[in-house]
Amino acid sequence: MTEFTMPSLGADMDEGVLQEWLVGPGDRVRKGDVVAVVETDKAAIEVECFESGTVGQLLVPPGTRVPVGTPLAVIQGEGAPEEQARIAAEQGSPLAAETVAEVPHRERARAPKGAKSEQEPLAHDERPRSRRKAVRERKPVQEPVRTKSPKKSAGQPVRATGSLTHPPPQMSPEAESALGAGPLVRHLAALRGLDLTTLHGTGPGGRITRADVEHAQPPLAPRVRATPYARRLARDLGVDLAALRGTGDGGAVRAADVHTAVRARDGRHEPGGPAERRRDDEQHPHIAVPTDSGAEQRKDTMRRAIADLMSRSKREIPHYYLSTTIDLTAAGDWLRRINRGRPPADRLVPAALLLKAAAVAAQQVPTLNGYWQNDGFVPGPAVNLGVAVSLRQGGLLAPVIHGADTLPPDALMTILKDLVERARRGKLRGSEMTGATLTVTNLGDQGVETVFGVIHPPQVALVGFGAVVERPWAANGMLGVRPLVTATLAADHRATDGAVGARYLTAVDRLLQKPEEL
Amino acid sequence: MTATHTRTTDPAASSDRKTTYREAMREALREALRTDERVFLMGEDVGRYGGCFGVSLGLLEEFGPERIRDAPLSESAFVGAGIGAALAGMRPIVEIMTVNFSLLALDQILNNAATLLHMSGGQLPVPIVIRMTTGAGRQLAAQHSHSLEGWYAHIPGLRVLAPATLTDARYMLAPALADPDPVLIFEHGSLYNVSGDLPADTGPVDIDHAAVRRPGTDVSLITYGGSLPKALAAADDLANDGISAEVVDLRTLRPLDDTTIGDSVARTHRAVVIDEGWRTGSLAAEISARVTEQHFYDLDAPVGRVCSAEVPMPYARRLEEAALPQVDGIVAAARRAVGGPVPTGADAAERQAVTGRAG
Repeated sequence: MTEFTMPSLGADMDEGVLQEWLVGPGDRVRKGDVVAVVETDKAAIEVECFESGTVGQLLVPPGTRVPVGTPLAVIQGEGAPEEQARIAAEQGSPLAAETVAEVPHRERARAPKGAKSEQEPLAHDERPRSRRKAVRERKPVQEPVRTKSPKKSAGQPVRATGSLTHPPPQMSPEAESALGAGPLVRHLAALRGLDLTTLHGTGPGGRITRADVEHAQPPLAPRVRATPYARRLARDLGVDLAALRGTGDGGAVRAADVHTAVRARDGRHEPGGPAERRRDDEQHPHIAVPTDSGAEQRKDTMRRAIADLMSRSKREIPHYYLSTTIDLTAAGDWLRRINRGRPPADRLVPAALLLKAAAVAAQQVPTLNGYWQNDGFVPGPAVNLGVAVSLRQGGLLAPVIHGADTLPPDALMTILKDLVERARRGKLRGSEMTGATLTVTNLGDQGVETVFGVIHPPQVALVGFGAVVERPWAANGMLGVRPLVTATLAADHRATDGAVGARYLTAVDRLLQKPEEL
Repeated sequence: MTATHTRTTDPAASSDRKTTYREAMREALREALRTDERVFLMGEDVGRYGGCFGVSLGLLEEFGPERIRDAPLSESAFVGAGIGAALAGMRPIVEIMTVNFSLLALDQILNNAATLLHMSGGQLPVPIVIRMTTGAGRQLAAQHSHSLEGWYAHIPGLRVLAPATLTDARYMLAPALADPDPVLIFEHGSLYNVSGDLPADTGPVDIDHAAVRRPGTDVSLITYGGSLPKALAAADDLANDGISAEVVDLRTLRPLDDTTIGDSVARTHRAVVIDEGWRTGSLAAEISARVTEQHFYDLDAPVGRVCSAEVPMPYARRLEEAALPQVDGIVAAARRAVGGPVPTGADAAERQAVTGRAG
């Protein structure tokens, strides 16, 4: 049995909101299956399971904000849960029966297609199963989209943040000794929503005593600290309190924070009349129509997340900057040759070549590819290229292309297109958000020639590409008009010196002169 | 106890005119004595001495000892006599020197004045007006300085008034006398010397409703009596910082005007109650509780309170100042409610009072 924990989906992530469960207890999962949607400050991300097994207990209800590393669910080894459930049912353990009944009642999980029929637990008593079925049958009425469903959170912010405080308790093999603790202790634990297996017993033989239960804090207290007025406003305006950062006493969310979120939202949705709308909201909060909230206030929190990260970067990292102009004649010729026979959709774009060159160069100059950690440089395990993607509504994401140096340009481009598209729809997966060892920002499509970037901590360098422009250029003693691109490097002077950076940019240049080898 | 010896001129001669709180009070008394034969004033030193605070100076000469009656040092006796006179159809105005001494008459006030109407099945109204000073700030030490009006506001059957402005001082007495129930008027000692223009066109004031003395949008400063000037000064300070404070003057401590208080809180979403009484079991506590009961979902911050330190009021000036609600403390509490930066000193003191030993 292992715990599925809140993953860290980026260096700047301390906590996340479990948006939705895509599996339910009893579902079989394989390593890499998407099991949940987690909302970070930046995006709603589909999170994969790290190992195969059967989903046991869901520890965290949807809508809960928890720190990174918090156990979210229990994953049982193959076959285990059925047996356990049967044993529990046969023994007539009231607690086991109760929790089995309660789990589907409380959570709003949904099984991946196909997993349900083959994976229904075998020996549960009928009552919970029928209730569970009822829950599932309602599902099709709901939003079929898997990502964060704005309607849900808008409609039930109070429920999501307030009442679903305790995970349902459930027995597990480790709880056997706890069972010996007696019915009172089990009853108290159930009342408080405590999982006995998580408690430390101080009684004889490590038994859990009544005092242990009474002193134990519920594992989760996700109630958002907010003023009553802010709570009311948030409900009326359809803002999810859990996604707000409170500026009041003790981090309490105040009315101003809700208004800020609403402004951010309205500013985007109704560029024509945000001010008017706001006034209206204030005067008649009760008639304000709840609109979808997540993405809007995410924009606000994303700005703050970026602000925090970039401030940290500029504060902690002594940047040095290098720039070089690269002649793309060879690359351009090669691209034209390659693309000649292809339909437009399959044509290779210069950006793919630039990314590939940046990745291969990083492999050749590995001291730029990695992290600055604990006052030392830690080389990256591979060249995992973060690609800065600007979102239409503002803000940035940097999804990762793993092993970019090993991918052929075509594959690189396919992945790039997919990532950019999904980043903009807010549908990235956890593994696609983490592990970048070097980030590339390409502002060429914005028309600028040079970009001097800010390093994404804890990485040690950032590569920038500007627009490909035609300029007079001297080569081989001749003046000609050639396509040029300005490549820049912002690097951490603690990790490397200018000479290393220069070697890197030179490598990029050299690689782009032989595109056929990329 | 210096008194202003200015003779009040004919009250009919009007347009705004300069006056003091003390003179406004005296004028109200004079008007009451002139217009209703049943009205008489009774209390310690109200006659020959001119009133302990100079309020009734000159009235003895004008109305004679029948109607301006000096009483012996026996609060229970003369308040009881006043209640008897009221029952007999008179309209007595009884002056008790300070609220501290009124406790000697508490039996009369609570067990007789406040209850007779109810206990007689509506047959025995007690139309008495009892005036007394309250509050600190003049170095009169503990036995002359406490603010116990909240205790009286606890008692059903009484109407409790706290005039804080010249207009209220001048025009609250008439409706108080007209009220068939016993009315207690608390005059804050620090207000007597306040001078200003008394608007000419104000008639009898409304003793049922609180007044918004200064409109604002960010925080409601709810206060009364001697703390009103401090709250207004705090509102000025706050305005300099861009915080718009609304100042609500309760005027009537019982029955409390829930509507005006509630409307204000619904506008500003934050409230700070300023009350010179001790925090524990205070009027501020009552108001805070009501705001929370009735307007919880309008609140964007906990209701703040600025009250006196829970000590017998000290004599020493610095200590007395430290024990009383002051402008800095009000500003700090308002800032805390609004969520802005709070200067550390005043804030720490106020916070300590909240969590500190309360009795």
